[in-house]
Amino acid sequence: MLAVLGASIRFGDLAAVDGVSLSVADGEVLALLGPSGSGKTTLLRAIAGLQSLDHGSVLWDGDDLGPVPAHRRGFGLVFQDFALFPHLDVGRNVEFGLKMQGVDPLDRRRRASAALDQVELAGFERRKVATLSGGQQQRVALARALAAGPRMILLDEPLGSLDRALRERLTGDLRALLARPGLTALYVTHDQAEAFAIADRVAIIDRGRIVQRGTPEEVWRRPSTAFVADFLGFRTVVDVMVSSGVADAGPFGRIPVTGVSDGPAMAVIRPDALAIDPAGHLDAVVQTVAFRGSHCLVTLRLGTVVAEAQERRAPPLGARVRLSLDPNGVVVLGSETPPI
Amino acid sequence: MSRPRPGRWALAALPLSFLGVFFLWPLVSIVWTGLAPGGVFDPSAFGKVLGNGSLLDVVWFTLWQATLSTALTLVVALPGAYVFARYDFPGKRLLRAAATIPFVLPTMVAGTAFLALIGPNGALGVRLDGTVTAILLAHVFFNYAVVLRTVGGLWSHLDPRLEEAARALGASRWRTFTSVTLPLLRPAIAAAASIVFLFTFTSFGIVLILGGAGLATLEVEIYRQTSTLFDLPVAAVLAILQLVGVTAVLLAYSRYQERNAVEQSLRPAAETSRRPRGARERVMVGGVLSSMALLLGAPPTVLVQRSLSTGDGWGLGFYRALGEQGRTAAQFVDAGEAVRNSLGFAVAATVIALVIGLTAAAVVSAGRGRSSRWFDSLLMLPLGTSAVTIGFGFIVALDAPVDLRASAWLIPLAHSLVAIPFVVRSVVPVMRSVRARLREAAAVLGASPRRVWREIDLPIVSRAAAVGAGFAMAVSLGEFGATAFVARPDTPTMPVAIFRYLGRPGEINFGRAMAMSVILMVVTAAAVALIERFRAPGLGEF
Repeated sequence: MLAVLGASIRFGDLAAVDGVSLSVADGEVLALLGPSGSGKTTLLRAIAGLQSLDHGSVLWDGDDLGPVPAHRRGFGLVFQDFALFPHLDVGRNVEFGLKMQGVDPLDRRRRASAALDQVELAGFERRKVATLSGGQQQRVALARALAAGPRMILLDEPLGSLDRALRERLTGDLRALLARPGLTALYVTHDQAEAFAIADRVAIIDRGRIVQRGTPEEVWRRPSTAFVADFLGFRTVVDVMVSSGVADAGPFGRIPVTGVSDGPAMAVIRPDALAIDPAGHLDAVVQTVAFRGSHCLVTLRLGTVVAEAQERRAPPLGARVRLSLDPNGVVVLGSETPPI
Repeated sequence: MSRPRPGRWALAALPLSFLGVFFLWPLVSIVWTGLAPGGVFDPSAFGKVLGNGSLLDVVWFTLWQATLSTALTLVVALPGAYVFARYDFPGKRLLRAAATIPFVLPTMVAGTAFLALIGPNGALGVRLDGTVTAILLAHVFFNYAVVLRTVGGLWSHLDPRLEEAARALGASRWRTFTSVTLPLLRPAIAAAASIVFLFTFTSFGIVLILGGAGLATLEVEIYRQTSTLFDLPVAAVLAILQLVGVTAVLLAYSRYQERNAVEQSLRPAAETSRRPRGARERVMVGGVLSSMALLLGAPPTVLVQRSLSTGDGWGLGFYRALGEQGRTAAQFVDAGEAVRNSLGFAVAATVIALVIGLTAAAVVSAGRGRSSRWFDSLLMLPLGTSAVTIGFGFIVALDAPVDLRASAWLIPLAHSLVAIPFVVRSVVPVMRSVRARLREAAAVLGASPRRVWREIDLPIVSRAAAVGAGFAMAVSLGEFGATAFVARPDTPTMPVAIFRYLGRPGEINFGRAMAMSVILMVVTAAAVALIERFRAPGLGEF
């Protein structure tokens, strides 16, 4: 099991990683999700041993890895730009870790072929790295990390340099590979869809600090801060006033909430909470409609506030509509931070 | 994000002290010899030079022949650059490679080839040796490739749509050329012109052979003052004048490039060239290419042909004579010895240049700061310094604390000084391309730092190092300017042997010079082939 305790890394005045603690259980896939510059890659490099910590420690099964250099940590690392060795062919790239372990050439070749087989690149051993497409390079990098039999695999935006369509296709493949029993992984990404699809648990990092953690569903249902809500793509955040279990949300009316202390707060109204409903109690005007394939994302004006809703059918622009609001789709921020 | 590495500047100590002892110290000694010949300040040597009409003539001649050579080379080579940039034709790659050969030919070989062509009993039937024309012709022959590569290189990437836009706006062909193409080419033309000017300004071997007794550049005069008149202070003053001239050109060039840098969107060369269309274009391309082939091909061809034609028909007579003459000639030159010396010195110079150059390249490529840039420029300095200055500097500097002047080591040391910049320039881009990521990837896969160096850095860099070694070999084999100063009578190199043969009367000695030149040409070509074999596409700066 990997544990990071109170890790801090400073670059001059900038706290790139600021007192981060997290753990990854054996067989678990944890996604570290955050915008660029949030410190997630720096933290990953520190875990790999490529970056020293200013404070805190990295532990494996309780042993401090501080004095252990990168090449003795036994972690696999997949870089965003893959970092394939340009002077070696695909097979030798994949064999590299085994060669460092002193595995004999025959065995090495067999295990490299098996690893290439897993990423559906069987027979690519003698290909030159430069002749591969981006997606193929990504899979060779993955095979190279897996072939060495790491006790844990670290992935730094492994799909980040690929185009959108390829990324979506490979996300599924990656999930299947990482879901193999016994494989422990830490997956760094800025793409929430990717993180939610691949990880068992998600930790969201902002400016060097972990701001929320939980299963993908927990995080999506109950974003804990305005930053997380915004980062997850929730555009409708309103000021509310809570008193005895009811939040006064201005144009959205009075919404029953639980476990929230009285006083001013902020609330997220998720797009799935609002629905155009002739029987609803809220008045709104349709501002824009964006076609999203399975549904339409509709922006609506309620007095001075703008909200988003998902609809199966596109309403006409400028139409006056009535909305109903599902209180389960309203999250008062800061109310239910799950325990660490 | 890497930790500070104090080891880097410790590593820099080796190249720094090498350049300090074998480059900077000799330069300082030259200045000292010129300004204070007797140990105290005494500018009388300057007065001696400035008051001497024939020495001032040398300065004047050096300047105007270099200017004229540069202008001529540009005029003759620009059409070639245009044809190579804008047209496709069969055998283009091969022709371009062949056009580069004169540039890497040792000066002694080129000099001998021109004597075979336009010297006494020359193949052309006109005798031009001892005239400025011969020198200018040889300079154009030598530097054609500089213009072809530098200007043609940029030209082939110029977006032809810019010219098309000018034509569409009503400009004639000529107006388009003068108002669009030429201004866009200016940086490359300036670069090529400065290189050609520097080479011809410091021309030594060519002028020594083709200039006869009457014509001398500063280089030749420094050599004369040192080796026949033994006037070291005057030689030193001439060397200082030359250093000032070289520095002025380099400064003017870098200021020009700073002020006139133009952002251009360059196109891949394959998109800008096409097959010639119509009779007019075919005749033009054919004409340019055949005159280029004639200019660049005639001297080496005539050299080979005449080295094989003895008085009584074709044969290896001159080559056999290389082995025989020792018994009869008073001034003994053992040809076999010269070949062995040259190869030995080339190997030694290559090893020295690789050790110093690779260390220096490691230092340069590890850093990006100001100190790295200064260090990089320092490493390039020997390239801008004439070989004669380096040889002369050795003579005046390396007598204390240990008198090295009689040591045969001076030859490979001098050669390696000229070769180090080539090694550094071949290796640094490749070293920089070994990104930190690759080393990290290897480390995470279990490679210790030493293993990372062996598995990642070494294999990637060794190809570039082979290219650098090829350059060092070629430079050392053909080097004459510095060698002329430091070679002892009993350790002649191949260029020195050629020079000695040329200095002796008789057809048989000229035959020997030609035979030795052909051998040297073949050996140099082998070194250059090594370079081409290992050159990684898209990397390296030569």
